[in-house]
Amino acid sequence: MNVKNFIKKYTMVIALVVVFIFFSVWTDGKLLVSQNMSNLLLQNAYVLVMACGMLLCILTGGNIDLSVGSTVCLVGAVAAQLMAKYDMNAWLVIGICLLLSVLIGMWQGFWIGYIHIPPFICTLAGMFLFRGIGRAILGSKTVAVGNQTFLNIFASYINVPGLDNGKIKWSAFVAGIIIACILPVITFISRAKKKKKGYRQASAVSQYAKIAVIDALVLVYTWKLAHYKGIPVMALWVLAIVFIYAFITSKTAFGRYFYAVGGNEKATKLSGIDTNKVYFMAYTSMSLLAGLSGLLIAARIGSVNGDTGNSFEMDAIGSCFIGGASAYGGSGSVGGVVVGAILLGVINQGMSIKGLDNNWQYVVKGAVLLIAVIFDVVSNKKTGKAG
Amino acid sequence: MAEYILEMKNITKEFPGVKALDNVNLQVRPGEIHALVGENGAGKSTLMNVLSGTYPFGSYTGDIVYNGEVCRFKTLHDSEEKGIVIIHQELALIPELSIGENMFLGNERKGALGINWDETYHQAAEHMRQVGLKEEATTLIKDIGTGKQQLVEIAKALSKNVKLLILDEPTSSLNEEDSKMLLDLLISFKSKGMTSIIISHKLNEISYVADRITVVRDGSTIETIDNEGHNIDEARIIRGMVGRELSDRYPSRERNISDKIGMEVNGWTVYHPLFTEKKIVDNVSFNVHRGEIVGFSGLQGAGRTELAMSVFGRSYGTNISGSLKIDGKPKELKNVRDAISAGLAYVTEDRKGNGLILAESIAKNTTMAKLEKVCTKGIINIDKENQVAEEYKGKLRTKAPSVQQAVGNLSGGNQQKVLLSKWMFADPEVLILDEPTRGIDVGAKYEIYCIMNDLVAQGKSVVMISSEMPELLGMCDRIYVMNEGKMVAEMPAAEATQEKIMAAILQSDKNGTNSSPQDGESDAAARSLYSKE
Repeated sequence: MNVKNFIKKYTMVIALVVVFIFFSVWTDGKLLVSQNMSNLLLQNAYVLVMACGMLLCILTGGNIDLSVGSTVCLVGAVAAQLMAKYDMNAWLVIGICLLLSVLIGMWQGFWIGYIHIPPFICTLAGMFLFRGIGRAILGSKTVAVGNQTFLNIFASYINVPGLDNGKIKWSAFVAGIIIACILPVITFISRAKKKKKGYRQASAVSQYAKIAVIDALVLVYTWKLAHYKGIPVMALWVLAIVFIYAFITSKTAFGRYFYAVGGNEKATKLSGIDTNKVYFMAYTSMSLLAGLSGLLIAARIGSVNGDTGNSFEMDAIGSCFIGGASAYGGSGSVGGVVVGAILLGVINQGMSIKGLDNNWQYVVKGAVLLIAVIFDVVSNKKTGKAG
Repeated sequence: MAEYILEMKNITKEFPGVKALDNVNLQVRPGEIHALVGENGAGKSTLMNVLSGTYPFGSYTGDIVYNGEVCRFKTLHDSEEKGIVIIHQELALIPELSIGENMFLGNERKGALGINWDETYHQAAEHMRQVGLKEEATTLIKDIGTGKQQLVEIAKALSKNVKLLILDEPTSSLNEEDSKMLLDLLISFKSKGMTSIIISHKLNEISYVADRITVVRDGSTIETIDNEGHNIDEARIIRGMVGRELSDRYPSRERNISDKIGMEVNGWTVYHPLFTEKKIVDNVSFNVHRGEIVGFSGLQGAGRTELAMSVFGRSYGTNISGSLKIDGKPKELKNVRDAISAGLAYVTEDRKGNGLILAESIAKNTTMAKLEKVCTKGIINIDKENQVAEEYKGKLRTKAPSVQQAVGNLSGGNQQKVLLSKWMFADPEVLILDEPTRGIDVGAKYEIYCIMNDLVAQGKSVVMISSEMPELLGMCDRIYVMNEGKMVAEMPAAEATQEKIMAAILQSDKNGTNSSPQDGESDAAARSLYSKE
């Protein structure tokens, strides 16, 4: 792979590195402080989770879900009230809330997939509907989340007795070392398998180089976590969602259908794929993740009010497009979306450390989104049309 | 006047990694119809894009001399100012706008304040009269047929004061009658002194209309043939195009038709999806044996595609009735999934719109209709998928650097092969091929025919819908003729001729009760269209 292809393939990763270095220097290294590194993940957990679901919607043809911010509020409100008013068991609350989010998703997916209401309009309606219901449930008040089990499930840190008693939480670093060892082994095994069956595979150098870079990042990051409070449970939730969605989109037939519908819906239909169901599933999964985000947010903030989740949909949508998803559907990857979300997160974090006010954060976010999409369109034009 | 209105000298155009044009020379005389022929990917369209400024000056080397002066077009607009207008294969009309609005799009008739609509529609009507288009200038584009849309494009060119008209595959989506009308229109413009360059795959049309023919092969001009008498032998052109004599345009095969009936349809009736009282297919019955190729002939709008799609898991129409048997067993196919698992495949006529995902790779397109074959428990085995795609690529001789190549970057013939791979991969017993050779070149056509022969040799049944009668006569065992949704004739291919098929259509029109507006059309079609045939 030559330099040009490398830059094209990893544009956003390079951009992320540049932005990261810039903010590290500008904040005199404060961005690199353990606590900030840990917060970087926690503060953007909801974006990462929702962006995965948003990717599926966008894949079907650039369709977005505007209602997710409101769903966060509604689900958070239900969770908070169930625990505050009825003192319900945390696990039961989580079950009810996730079920509720699936129902919300099915409601929207039904109108969009089977009745063919344009997604933009249907979810715009949902945005008002769910926000309104959420506020009604809260009774226009801020409701605190005090259930300790609930907080532990989402917002605690992993604590292994014996390992984590001291100032340094060794369990985090041990986990990092284990991951760093497993990755090369998995790569080695899959390469050996491919070789045995005579399949074509990527060059060993580039594959192992990639693993080495990832390993280094994992080690550095877990080292940082170990110096703060250890591994946040929220990180596990986020990782689980990211891995599940990465797997679905790249390896399963179910995931392939989202790309197919976005690429050419008519051809997909004539290939015997139920396109209505694809839309239905995209919006159902989106709301499920929005509901999960609602729980994460409720636990992290410790309370829910009528403005919880405001404009979250824009962060999720922005991450997808910054991460290289096509605005016309049919292309995009979970990996890209994660990079997009982290890029936005780093910018937010860096600017708040520096003490710039919210207004300027919006300006920068907008500019980054626009630049990313311009870059995407322009670079595709140059290479895409030559054939 | 100079001997040539246009001379393109030593044109070389490179794309990254490919030399699309290599020292091409083209000379066009004033007032002639000049045909450009060549296989797909030979460089015809590239050459015309260089001429029209789509590929701006500087992106190629060589000279364009037009009316005695060297031209350096940077944009389409530059060339249009000189009277060079190109009409692309895919029409550039906006369906929701009227004929008049489309005609002056980007070239609006301006009044004192905004657009002068009276002037617009008056001039539009004038140009429409010149091309013989009998419609109101306020009619929307989406409400007129493809044939008429093509005329709108030409009228639009006239509105730009065209001196040199370039038509890229103007008749590829027209039926024979509309095509003939269009070509005659070109001839009438010629008599008024207009020069045209026409790119076409249909050699009979070229022979009919062109004064001189330039053959392009592999990015170079091979020869320019005189066709003053309009009677050139098609074999002569083909020899230039493929560089060898293509002695037999249809590969021979062992006729080995089994007694077993692969698919049988009885009393099939389909209504229009939107105008539900309108019958599109009317009580049609047909069958196809194993090891047999059955052809469907008819004019455009005869209901053949609609019949095929409605049989294929009700993917067209409403209120479908009739019975269907596959391998002797009655089947009720409620959706496409059912149809595929029953062993049916429908290879669409519209490969870009309904068949392929252009942005996706050959591999992903190949497995799309039966993805579960490379899956275990819903998880795709990507290595296996690539292997399968590679296998079909080899078997069908698809020309592409790898199976990861996006289908949109392939030529028409190779796209058609990927589409065939996709449906062959679905393991069908009965294949319905709708216009399988539309818009692809002679060499690729021959290969598609060979694939069809292979399929029937394996005992599969093939239904071939085609508007090219010679192809049906050359390939099929039996031919059904449809007209206006009805089955009007069935004949063994050995006994069939183009005249017989046309006569059957004409006869049905005379007997028909609800077909008055179409009479003129079929009459014209029934006359032997091109003197040679």
